[in-house]
Amino acid sequence: MTNSIDKNITGNATPAKLQTKLSTTEKVALSLKKRHQKERRFRNTGFSAVLFGFMLVVILIGDITTKALPAFHQHWVKLDVNYQSDWLSVDANLSGYELTQQLKTANFRKVLRNSLYPMFVNEQTPKLSRKDKRSAFKLFSSNAEFTIRDALLAAPEDLNETVSIWVRLDDDVDSYLKEGFAFGTAGLRIDEQQAQWVAKLEQEQRIESRFNTSFFTASDSREPELAGIKGALMGTLLTMFVTLLLSFPLGVAGALYLEEFAPKNRLTDIIEININNLAAVPSIVFGLLGLAVIINLFGLPRSAPLVGGIVLTLMTLPTIIIASRAAIKAVPPSIREAALGLGASKMQVTLSHVLPQAMPGIITGGIIGIAQALGETAPLLMIGMVAFIVDVPTSIADSATVLPVQIFLWADSPERAFLAKTSAAILVLLTLLLVINTTATVLRSKFEKK
Amino acid sequence: MNSPLLFTLLVCLTLFSYWYGINRSLKVAGGTEHKKVLSCLPKQFGLLTAMVCGLPALITLLIFNSAEQLVIEQLLTATLPANIQALSNIDLGLYLNNIRFLALSESNQALLNNLSSSTDIALNIQLNAAIAIQKLEQQAKWLKTALVLVVSLVSVIILVRKFSITYEARQKSETIIHALLVASSAIAILTTLGIVISVLFESIHFFKSVPATEFMFGTQWSPQTAMRADQIGGSGSFGAVPLFAGTLLITFIAMLLAVPVGLMIAIYLSQYANSKFRNIAKPMLEVLAGIPTVVYGFFAALTVAPVIRSTGEYFGLSVASESALAAGLVMGTMIIPFVSSLSEDAISAVPKALKEASFGMGATKSETVIKVLLPAALPGIVGAILLAISRAIGETMIVVMAAGMAANLTANPLDSVTTVTVQIVTLLTGDQEFDSPKTLAAFALGLMLFITTLGLNILALKVVQKYREQYD
Repeated sequence: MTNSIDKNITGNATPAKLQTKLSTTEKVALSLKKRHQKERRFRNTGFSAVLFGFMLVVILIGDITTKALPAFHQHWVKLDVNYQSDWLSVDANLSGYELTQQLKTANFRKVLRNSLYPMFVNEQTPKLSRKDKRSAFKLFSSNAEFTIRDALLAAPEDLNETVSIWVRLDDDVDSYLKEGFAFGTAGLRIDEQQAQWVAKLEQEQRIESRFNTSFFTASDSREPELAGIKGALMGTLLTMFVTLLLSFPLGVAGALYLEEFAPKNRLTDIIEININNLAAVPSIVFGLLGLAVIINLFGLPRSAPLVGGIVLTLMTLPTIIIASRAAIKAVPPSIREAALGLGASKMQVTLSHVLPQAMPGIITGGIIGIAQALGETAPLLMIGMVAFIVDVPTSIADSATVLPVQIFLWADSPERAFLAKTSAAILVLLTLLLVINTTATVLRSKFEKK
Repeated sequence: MNSPLLFTLLVCLTLFSYWYGINRSLKVAGGTEHKKVLSCLPKQFGLLTAMVCGLPALITLLIFNSAEQLVIEQLLTATLPANIQALSNIDLGLYLNNIRFLALSESNQALLNNLSSSTDIALNIQLNAAIAIQKLEQQAKWLKTALVLVVSLVSVIILVRKFSITYEARQKSETIIHALLVASSAIAILTTLGIVISVLFESIHFFKSVPATEFMFGTQWSPQTAMRADQIGGSGSFGAVPLFAGTLLITFIAMLLAVPVGLMIAIYLSQYANSKFRNIAKPMLEVLAGIPTVVYGFFAALTVAPVIRSTGEYFGLSVASESALAAGLVMGTMIIPFVSSLSEDAISAVPKALKEASFGMGATKSETVIKVLLPAALPGIVGAILLAISRAIGETMIVVMAAGMAANLTANPLDSVTTVTVQIVTLLTGDQEFDSPKTLAAFALGLMLFITTLGLNILALKVVQKYREQYD
């Protein structure tokens, strides 16, 4: 142990009255226990901070995953549908094309009603009251009449027969079955009578839980049991397509100029400072720019992936430029000098030697920029991608919404079933991001090995 | 031909002219075997031809597309009766929209049929105009196709005529590429200019109807403006102080969580953890940085806020369901990895000699960290915190989903407050006409946001730069 220890470090640890009698070595030895205790405490604080960070990650992901799980399956109910032609008001003598035409506009709601009421009558209540009828009808998804219509259209020979057909239950019943709530839970609209009926249906083994495919194949809907993410996924795809197409070439070209050609003068300095500052401008400000300039000044359509892509391009451009510049800087000067020595022009050196060498790093930077754009919501709210859109967008000028915005919209919905839908959409988004980021990491490690 | 199709055709033409340029240059040289007499490689001739074919035509297409609507509108307005031409800009716009809708929803034949059967004069004018607009749009399409094709073909022909053995195709194409590179890097400046001009312009509009002093120092925020003159409670007041206070409160709570935790994580990972633990811990914590903010917003609104509310009720406190605490804590969570990675950089940048000297004097690790490393890294850490604050102020989705809408001037973290970004979103996501003070107020708020974050970033940069000068 050294006795020339700094007073500042040990000073307070020694009791004052002993100070005169003890030598420095002894003072230090006395204070050691306390100092080591402090050291351990500090170390443990640091470790618990890291653990706290871990805990936050686990809680966040775990919470969303558990909330999302119910959305991946859905309850269906078996109905004995009686396709009576007079309920449908269809001429039973027709066949082929004419029958199909009539069936397309036939009254399937009546068939549905008349088929489902018998399930709920018994000796005590041989006939349902008006109110009971309404609440019985509400157990089924509003889409049930289309399900039975499509079933009959697929098999027109079932006309005037009774067939078992599976239809979706209403979202409230679905949530009730999944989560087993007590009555009166907020957002759960189901009464005691309905609960008894559902129990009866379950006893008769008419209810079945299936994987929810429509979550991936359907578009947005006001009815939670029908709503899916296909429209939002397509919107995301189109928006990302525009973003990638614009931001990647522009970013790389900008970086090449700044790194390889730009003279060192005031203008380049300004551009540099500008890019660094733009990277830190809040994303919502880019939304304001999009609204004021791209929509109001240039007159591009609102809510379109084209505008969304342009706004996200402006937002991610600084990230891509900064990453690309780092990658270009990392190309050894010997490569440039060798190419120049062989008589290549500056442009040839840049495009055929520096750029290919820097490409893996540039691609990694580009992917990180895209990942950032993929999760962005705020600027897209500003340019109107927040509308309720049922159609799946097919071109970059259609009205569309994107996955993060869909999450935002669903999170606002009062129906209980949208809670699970929202979480499931978040899981899909996080999976997409995970795939993208893993690609970037793999590319980077491959690049570093070289 | 519509624009996407035309664009595809243009791409094909460009590819074709690459091949054409090569062939022409070989012909000039007198066959493949003589290609060495050319001053440049044939493919460089091809590249130049392709660029000359594509670029001017593309620019023509873009200009045409952006001017098309405006010109059609002008031409159409000129044919309308005088009383409609005399309408104000807004009403005229609505009228034109009606016509456009009519033209879109019905085919030419249906319009003509309606025209012959209808006796309503006003409707007939609209129907006529709808037919006119369909005609104009058809003409515009043809004109566009013709113009783009002519521009690309003529420029290729002019270029190819100049080809000779000594023609410097490479130098010419390099000049064009150089210009393209310059233009790309100028986009960053254009973006900033665009932001500043658009936000500033609309803000000036806003400050014409609401005095800047009221906006900056007023304490009443209720941006509803009257639809009718006699409406009650629709006077609209635009005092933004409660918004600034709410933003600061939530940012403060976020920092209260993020700075200590982030700093301790940075210290532990850079000074104590072995490399194995670091390699697991760092990506794990970076997950927090990669999660989209809308997910945090959902988490704050549907998980954290109810927990805080019920905990508060357990202790007999009244907690708003959209408390500042929930939004702040979740925002803090989001910022932890930001603070920790920037501070770790700052701590690792402290010269090793300082650390070793401290160890040599017998100091423990924690004493070294607290008394040597942290003071030396302080400027870097302060820079990191400033950047984190700027991030928290500009963060939108968490507060939109988890913070309130009502502007309360309070310092109580259990109350509901609103922030600048929440108000921007609320003001602009409704169906508002663009010139009302309500929408313009959003731009004024955006201006404040831009200035504040810009100032913080510049400050952070200055602090960090000063620190660098100290040791390098």
